[in-house]
Amino acid sequence: MNPPPSFLDLVWLARWPLLYGLGTTVAISLLAIAGGTVIGTLLGLALTYGNRFVRIVARAYTDFVRGTPVLVLVLASFYILGTIGLDLSAFQAGVLALTVFCSSHVGEITRGALQTLPKGQTEAAKAIGLTFGQTFRYVLGPQALRLSLPPLVNTGAEMVKASTLLSVIGVAELLLRTQEVISRTFQSLPFYLLAGLLYFTVNFAIERLGRLVERRLSAA
Amino acid sequence: MGYTLNFDAVWRNFDHLLWGLGLSLVLAFFAIGVGCALGLVLAFARTSRSRPLAALAGLYVTLLRNLPLLVLVLFSFFALPQLGLRLSKQSSFVLALALYSAAYLAEVFRGGLLGVPKGLREAGLAIGLTEGQIRRRIILPVMLRAVLPALGSTFIGLFKDTSLAAAIAVPELTFEARKINVETFRVIETWIVASGLYVATCSILAALLRRIEARLAVSR
Repeated sequence: MNPPPSFLDLVWLARWPLLYGLGTTVAISLLAIAGGTVIGTLLGLALTYGNRFVRIVARAYTDFVRGTPVLVLVLASFYILGTIGLDLSAFQAGVLALTVFCSSHVGEITRGALQTLPKGQTEAAKAIGLTFGQTFRYVLGPQALRLSLPPLVNTGAEMVKASTLLSVIGVAELLLRTQEVISRTFQSLPFYLLAGLLYFTVNFAIERLGRLVERRLSAA
Repeated sequence: MGYTLNFDAVWRNFDHLLWGLGLSLVLAFFAIGVGCALGLVLAFARTSRSRPLAALAGLYVTLLRNLPLLVLVLFSFFALPQLGLRLSKQSSFVLALALYSAAYLAEVFRGGLLGVPKGLREAGLAIGLTEGQIRRRIILPVMLRAVLPALGSTFIGLFKDTSLAAAIAVPELTFEARKINVETFRVIETWIVASGLYVATCSILAALLRRIEARLAVSR
């Protein structure tokens, strides 16, 4: 004789799976962004300052990754790694795929930023006896970072959105948890809206944070 | 365990992959068609003098750009029927991709509209054209030519995004590749060929677009 549970009751009942899903989504994104930024920065350096051979290899990697849909990267990583005997979990394979995806974007962003810096600066740095490492640390790096911050923030939001693709290989991030809740409650409409709202909130926060950092940097 | 590459099974199913590729292209075409129409309306709304209209269009753009496409795709396929809108897999996917791309295209078109020199409108008024004529005959063609490169890269992006249709079992390229992978266990070969097809198509599209741009380029 009980009245059917309202949507809010259902959300309350499903709060732990959804929160765990959200946590997994954030973890996936953070790991992929961190890994992608490190590899991508190296890639950008290779694309700008590498010798011919290094440049060709880096260019081939970047173009191949950018020409392939992220979902294909995720599926390929998941299925291939198992076949060649690397026993990674779906989570690890998925994070690896997103890291590769992220690195190609960061690589292009870094290359673009480095190429806009005037050549004279590198020459001046060399003239006062800085090594290449020092030149990058003190002269080029900070300027390139400031230039590439807006697209980097964009890439961060892109990674959060791409993390949904890991649901396809069974990683229990927010979207898969939502789908599980829907299969129990049959309330697809409100729960998809809720998931959308949560993703929007995360990305909106990233965007705002990015703008804050930008303003700090430009004020300095 | 050694793994010897054997592409036989993939070549036997190659026609399926090609049909999938064709469907991917068709989906992208429809999506960018609808997306352009909607994006143009949004861009005019965002640049209009009416504050509420501009704010509404801005809200749409912010909202859609921060939602993961996969959530939109699943929402469109599983949740819209609850609202009484029952679409086929293909149409619901095109709808989701079009709504998503409209947000990006609106920004592209807005940038283009803001870049059109004011003098053109004044010149049109001076020779007695109406506002509608100025918009259709002068502003749109100038703006379209300016945004062509951005339009092209959006299309290539959409082509890659069609891989998400695999999540609702639309038999496009990724779906077909996954089927071959599961049926034949030629894991590495399948994904090499599938991503090769994506990369090749993207490069061909990019080359085509460069040629069109060169032909339409304004001599300055």
